[in-house]
Parts: sequence; structure tokens; C-alpha cells
Amino acid sequence: MNILVFVKRVPDTESRIRIRHETNSIIEDGLNFAASPYDDFAVEEALRLKEAKGGTVRVVCVGRDEALPVLRKCLAMGADEAFLVKDETPETYDGLRTARIIAKAVETKFAGADLLLFGKQAVGTDNSQVPSMVAELLGLPQANVVTKLEIDGNAATALREIEGATEKVAFCLPAVVSAQKGLNEPRYETLKGIMAAKKKEIPVIKIEDLGLAAGDLESRVAITGLDMPPERKAGRILQGDPAETARELAAFLHSEAKVI
Amino acid sequence: MIAVFIETRDGKIKKGSLEALAEAKRRAAELRVGTAAVLAGGAGLRTAGLEACGPDKIFCLEHPALAEYSSQGYAKALCDFVRETGPTALFFAATAMGKDLAPRVAAGLGAAMASDCTKVAVKNGTLEFTRPVYAGKAYLSLSLRSTPAVATLRPNVFPLAADEAAGVAEVVKKSADIPDGLIKGRVAEVLKEESAELDVTEADVVISGGRGLKGPENFALLRELAALVPRSAVGASRSAVDSGWIGHQHQVGQTGKTVSPNLYLAVGISGAIQHLAGMSSSKVIAAVNKDPEAPIFRVADYGVVGDLFEVIPRLKEELKKILAE
Repeated sequence: MNILVFVKRVPDTESRIRIRHETNSIIEDGLNFAASPYDDFAVEEALRLKEAKGGTVRVVCVGRDEALPVLRKCLAMGADEAFLVKDETPETYDGLRTARIIAKAVETKFAGADLLLFGKQAVGTDNSQVPSMVAELLGLPQANVVTKLEIDGNAATALREIEGATEKVAFCLPAVVSAQKGLNEPRYETLKGIMAAKKKEIPVIKIEDLGLAAGDLESRVAITGLDMPPERKAGRILQGDPAETARELAAFLHSEAKVI
Repeated sequence: MIAVFIETRDGKIKKGSLEALAEAKRRAAELRVGTAAVLAGGAGLRTAGLEACGPDKIFCLEHPALAEYSSQGYAKALCDFVRETGPTALFFAATAMGKDLAPRVAAGLGAAMASDCTKVAVKNGTLEFTRPVYAGKAYLSLSLRSTPAVATLRPNVFPLAADEAAGVAEVVKKSADIPDGLIKGRVAEVLKEESAELDVTEADVVISGGRGLKGPENFALLRELAALVPRSAVGASRSAVDSGWIGHQHQVGQTGKTVSPNLYLAVGISGAIQHLAGMSSSKVIAAVNKDPEAPIFRVADYGVVGDLFEVIPRLKEELKKILAE
């Protein structure tokens, strides 16, 4: 199987986000960055499929040079090759722009892939747009938010989470699949893997070389503001006898907050 | 016109879709345009209940191949519908289906989209969307430079339309054009979970447990509480899920679900930043925790410092009394 995995470099989930209002962007100084956590499940699934069925795992990231360590980690986990599609543009929050870059890269540089794996969303933009958009642009079937994937020849089934139930999607390859937590348990890099990854070259594909129309690289998202969430008012904190505090809590929920 | 995709499951219209339609009506009134509800499926789509929500028109896109949901079939039908009728905006509920379908439709139309919006406004004659980013650690406001403006609206955030004397909407049936061989993937089966619990994203009350519960068996305390409260669901922190105490579909936070219930009750959850990100847009937050310094108390409207094993059983008894009245 010829598998492509798409990863994105994002601030890690423990990050405290600060905002630079002049540019409507987050302040990156002092943040730790990593692959989006859902991308780790996608990489792991690709490696497991390769181990079971043979083939290659290639990992692709659209981003700046700063994303190279993220790709290097994927190599250390066991990916065969990694590629940076170099895009210097600051975060646009425009999923369609990213999807067009990826779809074009697949067509021109990575033709013949059986499976395109993504994380179900990049934590940060939290768009959950790119996998479905790439599938549409390439005319491929999709299965999103997948917790189980089975592949038999060109036929695949995936379990995906919906509200209060699980949906079984049957589709044929090539296809787009996006990974949800629970799909697998991502492996840690081994020392040997880390050493081998250091020696591997990560080819850089210039975004201008993909042959995209100029308009495709423009963002269609006009950012009008980026703000901190509204502060919550200080609440009431009770201590003391459990019977007393439980009674007061129940009374608050019922009579004051009117939520029960 | 603002068009709203109306999702049905087992023939029932999703509440999130009605909320999106209600919001579309409010914004359409400001923009002085009409509204349309759009359904897709096999033959004989039921529109019962929709008229009361007051769209100007109801479109039923029908084709035997749309009897089961497929992203490709539904996207084709909706893209054709948009090209034909030219709405200025197309809304979806940010449900599992909406999140799967909306970006596919947007890409088909060459339109950018706004995901999981919690506010829609009209600014200078165009729609402005506000949505949580970084799992709610920040809020992004944006407008879209492409037409139609495609957006998914977070369930449980937008109020349903108040009862008003809505006119009878015109129902337009259209047969969708789905070429043979277009659909290469479809829903084969929906596996109901045994308990058929309400999803945390859909519940009015979420009762969540964390490390303080000390073990999987003690989630029973929360389940008993949830059994008392109508439209409630049990949630969990990442550490409880990662310890294997409860399934990850219950996880609230940055690598789990983002919820905005009327009440979020955090039990034995310290409130790590990635957890707060997933629940701080709840309307009322209450917390029970042993540690008075726990960060959860900084976002809680009502906090009880105490041993949850002493407080929660008593809270259950108190709520029983209240609910019996």
C-alpha cells in the first residue's frame, strides 16, 4: 500500500495562548510545538498498515521550515520518507487554501497513493475541513473521525463516531481517512529510529512549483478579530460540612442557576 | 437567501439543524433576504415540524441513491442546489454529519468556510462569524470572501426560534442528479451503543469525572446522578480516559469534545488548561474538588471544596427531592 499522511505543526495542547492584536495572530514565542495530536494516530495507522500489508509511508507537511522537527519525528516513528511543502504564509484559517495545496501536491508529486490519512482536525484552527475538502477536490470517498479502519484489497470499512452511536462506512480505495483518538496507540520513537531519521534528507517542495493558480493561494478568510474568551465572573466557593454544601449546591442549581 | 441543511436521523430532524435555521432566520431578517430549509434523502422526505420554524421555502432533494447518507452523494446534491438557487449563505449544524459534509460542499463550490461557529452577526451588510480556536482558548472572528458563505453552527449555542405565527412554507421537491458510480463510499450501518446514551455534545447537562474518582467503578456515582437529570450525559477528563476508566467518546477537552451545555458539573477534575478549553463556554459551571487551589474553581460559578465521595451521594439525594417536587 502506498500511503500518504498529512501532518501539521501546532502549539501543544498544554499551551497558554496569547494574542498579538495588531496582527490578529497568536504569539508564538515561548510556545512548544508538535504535530497535532490526531496526526499521531494517522501516522501510527499508516505504519501498522504498512507492517501488515507492505508498501510505503510518506509524510507530508505544508508549512514553514519550523515544521521540519515534526516531520523528523514521523521519520523516527518509522515513516519511509517525509516532505515539506514550503508555505511561508502565516496562519490563514482558510481550510480550502490548504486543501488546494495538498490536492495539487498529491496530483503532481505523489500520484498513485492508495490512502490519504489525516488527523480529524488540526488542534488550533480546529477547522476539520481539510480532509473532506481534499477528498472532494480529488473526487475520492472519505471517512472522517475514524476509530477503526479495516482494509481488504481495494475495499475498506471504517467505524466513525457520530452522536451517541457509531457509523460503519464502506468505501473503496483510493480514499481519504481522518483519524480520531482511539484508532490506535501511537508508538514512541526508538533511539535507533531517531538516529536513522537524523540522516534522512527531507525534500522541500516549493509551493510555487506546484502549478497552482495565483488565486488558489489567496486566503478567502478575512480575519476581523482574534480575542481571548470572555472572562467568567468569579464564582462562589463553599467549604465545610458535605451535607450542607451538597444542599446549597443543589439549591443553587435549581433556584438560582435554574439549570435543574 | 440563507439556506440551511436540515439533517435527519431515523426520520427525525436534528435539534442542531433547527437551531441553525432559527439563527439563519434572525440574520436573514437583518440582511432582508429569505430563508430556505434543505433536506436530502430517498423518496418521501418528511418535512413535518419544519413549517413551524418558519423558513420561506423547503427544498427536498430526492434520489434513491440518497436514501443512506454518503458524503459524495449529499455533497453533489447540495452543490447543484446552490448553483441553481444561488443562496448567499449555506448553514449546517456542526454535528458529525454536518462536519463531514459541509467542507465537502464548500470545496465543491470553491467556497471557504467557517467551522463550528458560536456567533453569527451582520457587519457592513455581510455575515461575520465568530468561532472558538485553540479549543476555545481564543475566539476568531472572520468573514468569508467567497460565495456562498458556508458555515457550521455549534449545537446547543443558538436559541431556537420563539413560537411565532409562521406562515406555511412552500415545499419544493427536486430530483437530485446522482450519476452512477459517483458514490464510492456510503454508510453501511449505524451501530447503536447499548445504552443509547445522549452524546456529551448534545446534552443539556454534562456531569464529568476526573482523576479524583480514583477508579473506573466510581463513574457509577456520576451515572446515578445523570440518571436523575433529564437530557444529561456523563463526561470525563483526559486523564480518566487515558487511564482506561471510560471510553474516549466521553472525553471533554482539547483532544476530546467541546461542549456548551446549560450546566457542566466537574467532579474530581482539577481543570488542566486543555480540559478548560473544552468546557469553558458552558452556561453554568459547577465543580466539586478536594483541592481549593484547583484551577477548575477559577472558572466555576459554584464550587464545593470537599470529598466528592461525601458530597456527590448527598447531592444526589438533594436533587431527588427537588426533582420530585
